Amino acid sequence: MSDLNKLGLAEARDALRKGDVTSVELTEACLGAIEGAGALNAFVHKTPELALEQAKAADARLKGSEEAPAMCGLPLGIKDLFCTKGVPSQAASRILEGFLPQYESTVTQNLFDAGAVMLGKLNMDEFAMGSSNETSTYGDVISPWRRGNEDTALTPGGSSGGSAAAVAADLCLAATGTDTGGSIRQPAAFTGTVGIKPTYGRCSRWGIVAFASSLDQAGPMTKSVRDAAIMLGAMAGHDPKDSTSADIPVPDFEAMLTGDIKGKKIGIPKEYRMEGMPAEIEKLWSDGAAMLRDAGAEIVDISLPHTKYALPAYYVIAPAEASSNLARYDGVRYGHRATLGAGDGITEMYEKTRAEGFGHEVQRRVMVGTYVLSAGFYDAYYNRARKVRTLIKKDFEDAFAAGVDAILTPATPSAAFGLGEMQDTDPVKMYLNDVFTVTVNLAGLPGISVPTGVDAQGLPLGLQLIGRPWEEGDLLNTAYALEAAAGFVAKPEKWW
Amino acid sequence: MLDLTFEAPKPKVIAGAKYDWELVIGMEIHAQVSSKSKLFSGASTEFGAEPNSNVAFVDAAMPGMLPVINEFCVEQAVRTGLGLKAEINLMSAFDRKNYFYPDLPQGYQISQLYHPIVGEGEVIVDMGAGIARKVRIERIHLEQDAGKSIHDMDPNMSFVDLNRTGVALMEIVSRPDIRGPEEAAAYVGKLRQILRYLGTCDGNMQNGNLRADVNVSVCRPGDYERYQETQDFSHLGTRCEIKNMNSMRFIQAAIEYEARRQIKILEEGGKVDQETRLYDPDKNETRSMRSKEEAHDYRYFPDPDLLPLEIEQAWVDDIKATLPELPDEKKARFMSAFGLTDYDASVLTADVESATYFEAVAEGRDGKTAANWVINELFGRLKKDDHDITTSPVSPAQLGGIVDLIAKGDISGKIAKDLFEIVYTEGGDPAEIVEARGMKQVTDTGAIEAAVDEVIAANPAQVEKAKANPKLAGWFVGQVMKATGGKANPKAVNDLVSAKLGL
Repeated sequence: MSDLNKLGLAEARDALRKGDVTSVELTEACLGAIEGAGALNAFVHKTPELALEQAKAADARLKGSEEAPAMCGLPLGIKDLFCTKGVPSQAASRILEGFLPQYESTVTQNLFDAGAVMLGKLNMDEFAMGSSNETSTYGDVISPWRRGNEDTALTPGGSSGGSAAAVAADLCLAATGTDTGGSIRQPAAFTGTVGIKPTYGRCSRWGIVAFASSLDQAGPMTKSVRDAAIMLGAMAGHDPKDSTSADIPVPDFEAMLTGDIKGKKIGIPKEYRMEGMPAEIEKLWSDGAAMLRDAGAEIVDISLPHTKYALPAYYVIAPAEASSNLARYDGVRYGHRATLGAGDGITEMYEKTRAEGFGHEVQRRVMVGTYVLSAGFYDAYYNRARKVRTLIKKDFEDAFAAGVDAILTPATPSAAFGLGEMQDTDPVKMYLNDVFTVTVNLAGLPGISVPTGVDAQGLPLGLQLIGRPWEEGDLLNTAYALEAAAGFVAKPEKWW
Repeated sequence: MLDLTFEAPKPKVIAGAKYDWELVIGMEIHAQVSSKSKLFSGASTEFGAEPNSNVAFVDAAMPGMLPVINEFCVEQAVRTGLGLKAEINLMSAFDRKNYFYPDLPQGYQISQLYHPIVGEGEVIVDMGAGIARKVRIERIHLEQDAGKSIHDMDPNMSFVDLNRTGVALMEIVSRPDIRGPEEAAAYVGKLRQILRYLGTCDGNMQNGNLRADVNVSVCRPGDYERYQETQDFSHLGTRCEIKNMNSMRFIQAAIEYEARRQIKILEEGGKVDQETRLYDPDKNETRSMRSKEEAHDYRYFPDPDLLPLEIEQAWVDDIKATLPELPDEKKARFMSAFGLTDYDASVLTADVESATYFEAVAEGRDGKTAANWVINELFGRLKKDDHDITTSPVSPAQLGGIVDLIAKGDISGKIAKDLFEIVYTEGGDPAEIVEARGMKQVTDTGAIEAAVDEVIAANPAQVEKAKANPKLAGWFVGQVMKATGGKANPKAVNDLVSAKLGL
């Protein structure tokens, strides 16, 4: 077989089990692709020795075993936000310079237990704060996609930009991502890949560098819905080390992919029809609804009345939690510490270390978060945002209580934009990228982005499906039906 | 029924240069929860370990590490609440208190600002027989301790020891019901006693396992009563908080100093600034640590890593069912069941071990005699050797044996003291020692009579004097006791001497 790196998880798994390929062959194909893809800047730390060692172990496990675990022998990229034992884990921040965790995150451990192979660590926005992968200490990730015949460098989206680019460019079979406000779904939409953020509490947060604890969730970024189902099953599960992890059994998501969505009620929320929405996004959305209707689902108009307050509430809650979560990066115990001058004390050490260690976007959010939690502002900002959050959650609960099974929305307000294009604009413009995705994090719901079309310039566009809590299986099945109907097959033309 | 009625003590009055002043004191006690592991990690809480050896990843705030509540610490807080007759909140929640300090690795302390686990309770602080101050408890919450910064090991560097980081503390917050330095010390003592009875805090102040922040203000006589009627704090003076004291003596001295400092300011027409102060025991003064303006903005918010803490009433009831008899009840029972004085009952219930020891001695014997022996002989002797009741060389059975020998009239009180010393230093069964060493009291009147006759015959001049002055009969008693090696029954000797001398 050639171009093994282009396989998805399901195909590769089947080939491995049949003995048509070995994990070492798959892994070498990916390592080769990574070597040739330096221009994308997706992998920031490669672990070829570890990968080959894991691949050999997987091959041994596969040999003569009918019951090899779900991810056995499948090479993955791991977002730099996951702490991986003995492997640099910096959350793409200078402040974690030189940090080598002595522990393995629960999610990566689960994947390794299921036989997965780690190719290396993937670039991302610093501390997962960003929507374009331009805030990384490792520099921008370049999307493998280009507009028509232009050679303008485009963003792969963010914060899981390295993951999205690596999957789209076939540098790995799949990758882990994390999603606090859309960081899996938006880059998936920008790169023609599939990304699911599961229900809050489905995947353990233990060992994942925290951005906003009440919103952060890990999820897979894959080449197909089936792959997402396989990989999510391997990542998920109750973890007593994370108090917010749910003790709910993980079903066989893949087995739930029947493609049968007859009688399912799909809600179209009117509040997501934004002023000035590009016509091609409108069309993508209505085409998606039509596809689901043709597949036997019932399309209903619904209202999620508090949607317009979601983005402001998100940009209060997320920075508030981040300002506290990032306080530990103080130069005292690990990571970067500024060189101090004569007479400098602890305050100077904090100030210089954090000024040098954090990039601008992280500093902005730490300051916003500190402000909204301050005495005298707490009620006006943080407490009000929490109330909004409760109302947003209730909007969804009401829709589900009315019989809606899933909600269909665009994943992003536009296709991928050029790197640097948003640099000088108001940061709020960048934050608008998350307008369709943050509600899902605020409500703790599962959401999946599925590529369903391309724009006029050939760039991929995605739709988002939002499901009931803990019903990722049902959500994945609806996404599976949408994927089949859309028949999205575009791939970026290799230029790197 | 137990009699727990009491009268309130008079508040301490300090005479200023111009006026009389009263004190108003509220306290926040930080009590380390007795638990093998920390509040949110499995690391050991053992005192005195190598620096930074009892540190889990989460204690060091490594990236991605998460706290998981230690159920036993919650149980201990509930037990404490029940012991202070407080309401237990079935739903409580943890908040982050944000500030930067090297011994606070997370950059925040996990505490319970908005929803503490324990609500209102009370402590009865004994201030003498039938006199006690009821101090209301406002709340108890669970929180993490910080680590230790060490600044004096190197001229250029500071060091941090994280062993204590994340250890569970109960912050016990009182209302401003304490009215003087002695009451403040007695309050700490009583709280410590209850915690030790409950087994929820070892109360070791030297190791910092029990520390107090003391809020002190002064007011004019009558102001406090106006506050009590209205609950309006404006009737009270501006308070200063004296931080982190771990000695009852220092607490008293610091309050005394601080009150006089505030009185002086007020009498000179000045204004007391609300601030945090530190007590310097070497100079016996308090010094400003930070003013209200410099106070941290802690940016409290609910900790998103932890779900609200929900406990069940049935679990609380189970804990309640295992509560030991507490000091107030035990003391009242000792007074009624054994006929002890308030003082003796207080001494014997000061700690569980003493009370248990006493009960074992008093069981089936005269309570007052048992109390005398435990308090006067045993405690006195233990103190001399720096022993405490748990390391007493004399067991309750042995001491009980001595008391029995006195009761039977086998030995006199004086011999009993010698016997006690023998048992204390050499051990052994008191009755056997008395037998083997011929220490038994002579109650045979024939033998005593012979000795009395002998003494009278040998001292005719004294006999004449005694007849004129009956008080001198004691001299004959002494001579007889001497002649019999102290073993004669003193009452029998007394009676015989009086009879023979015709007194």
